[in-house]
Amino acid sequence: MDLTIFLQLIISGLLIGFVFSLIAVGLSLIWGVMDILNFAHGEFLMLAMFTSFFLFAQLGIDPLYSLPIVVIVLYFIGAGTYRFVIKPLLGYTVLIALLATFGLSILIRNLVLFFVGPNYRVINESILAGKTFSIGGLYFSVPQSVAALLCILVTYGIYLLLTKSKFGRALRATSLDKDTAMLMGINTNRIFEITFGIGAACVGVAGGLLVNFYAVFPEVGLNFTVLAFVIVALGGFGNNGGAFLAGILVGLVTTMGGFFIGPEYKYTLVFLLYLVVITIRPKGLFGW
Amino acid sequence: MQSAKQFTSIFGGVLVLFLVAPLIIRDTQFQHLMIMLLLFTTLSQAWNLIGGFAGQVSLGHAMFFGIGAYAAMAPLNQWGLTPWIGMAIGGLVAMVAAVIVGYPVFRLKGHYFVISTFAVAEVVRELFSNWDWVDGPIGLDAPLVEQGWRNFMFYHTKLPYHYTLLIFFAVVMFVAFRMERSRMGYYFRAIKQRPEAAQAMGVNITLFKQYAFIISAFFTAICGSMYGLYVLHIEPSTVLSLDISIKIVLIAVLGGIGSLWGPLLGATILISLQEYSRIWLGGTGRGIDLIVLGALIVIICVYEPNGIVGLIKRFSRKKRKA
Repeated sequence: MDLTIFLQLIISGLLIGFVFSLIAVGLSLIWGVMDILNFAHGEFLMLAMFTSFFLFAQLGIDPLYSLPIVVIVLYFIGAGTYRFVIKPLLGYTVLIALLATFGLSILIRNLVLFFVGPNYRVINESILAGKTFSIGGLYFSVPQSVAALLCILVTYGIYLLLTKSKFGRALRATSLDKDTAMLMGINTNRIFEITFGIGAACVGVAGGLLVNFYAVFPEVGLNFTVLAFVIVALGGFGNNGGAFLAGILVGLVTTMGGFFIGPEYKYTLVFLLYLVVITIRPKGLFGW
Repeated sequence: MQSAKQFTSIFGGVLVLFLVAPLIIRDTQFQHLMIMLLLFTTLSQAWNLIGGFAGQVSLGHAMFFGIGAYAAMAPLNQWGLTPWIGMAIGGLVAMVAAVIVGYPVFRLKGHYFVISTFAVAEVVRELFSNWDWVDGPIGLDAPLVEQGWRNFMFYHTKLPYHYTLLIFFAVVMFVAFRMERSRMGYYFRAIKQRPEAAQAMGVNITLFKQYAFIISAFFTAICGSMYGLYVLHIEPSTVLSLDISIKIVLIAVLGGIGSLWGPLLGATILISLQEYSRIWLGGTGRGIDLIVLGALIVIICVYEPNGIVGLIKRFSRKKRKA
């Protein structure tokens, strides 16, 4: 086995893994605080990619510069979803919120399909797209490296937000015990809305960066939803650090498995990994 | 819980309705709607046994559905084996699969359980997609064989499908009814509400979850067989998809989770909406029907989170007060 190929695989796995991580952290945030499985998560990603794509195609704004716009758009999509779909369902069985987000995912996916059609769209001429650089015989794709770097930064930012800020403390209090938090004067409704917004904004960052090296089409979100669920469960619910590490692990498994066993089995391997982990540690790698 | 007498009279009424309806109304679209209605009510009631009564929310029932569909279609396609045997094989394989899956999965709690069930279903889907004997992602078409009960192929009438499904529906309803008031039914409710307390009282919770799962898997599989034989084409991305799993749950929840009549009510609403929006709006090829369906799911969930049974209960309570 050639060492460079092996290292190259590890690099690709890590680079895509960081993007998975950020997507999963967005889901994990929502999940940890509200106990809601958001089935529209992948559709949020798809919306982010399309927003970025059309800002580029119609207005000529490079995906790198339009990133803040995409993030803001996604924040409001997330907050709006909370206000109109999730909020009326708090206090009912968790299942109903799951199904409502599932309905929402069908709605969003087919609305996009209706307006833009099923074609795959690719950006070839942005600042980042299609460029590579090499260090010591190993090749790095520029868009993937930038994406990985920014995803790490944003995840770290969220970590700081959760642990160091007053908002973070309120959020953690809400996720531990909603009623007590409310008694302490925390506006839990507002916390929920902001959390949903931030969760969607994470996907906004990921989507805005993915668009540089990943084709955009209305069904692009499907795989990511399922993957994000498995990543979060693999890391342990409500454990954002766990989700981050599990994302990297899944990135490595998909790349390595795709190379050694065959690309058609790369997601099967992720699910099998999850099932193996869950039999040994019923609450995920880092949950307890 | 409904009294036995009340149940029997409603059940009898529903059966008579389904017996005569396709004879009176000859419209094929309507007959198709009735078949889908029976199919999904049966599926959803089968899910209700584990998901509603025992409270173990499985998002992986497509796995059993797909196993059933393939078990009926593949041997028919390859060897001309009668689908009845295929159906039986499918039922058995699904039960074995339920045991294998159940063993690790029933130790898990809450979301870990939910995610595991759909992870398993995804694995099964990808295995079928890569299995050459069943033509991988392309799927299987029903062969053109002599029509009749042996091959379970009818090219001019929908009635045999309707009445076979009606029998399945009746059996599953009866099983659910018996189960709800049996000793096992009480165990299930105990497991659903307080698993720790149930265990402390000496209920073997893993074993009873396993029972419910096996029975549920069997019925889901034979419904899958029927679906394959009825639509004549199956492929992993339809019969093994997360969409099927969720649709089954959706119907049970819309109707009223854990209630005996929930699946029928939920299916009546959802399947009518789905089929009619498809018939009226589906021709454009741009998914308008699915836009409508998605929007309606969200609206129904938001407007009536307790399901239709909840709505009826609230209504009748108001009436009693007045």
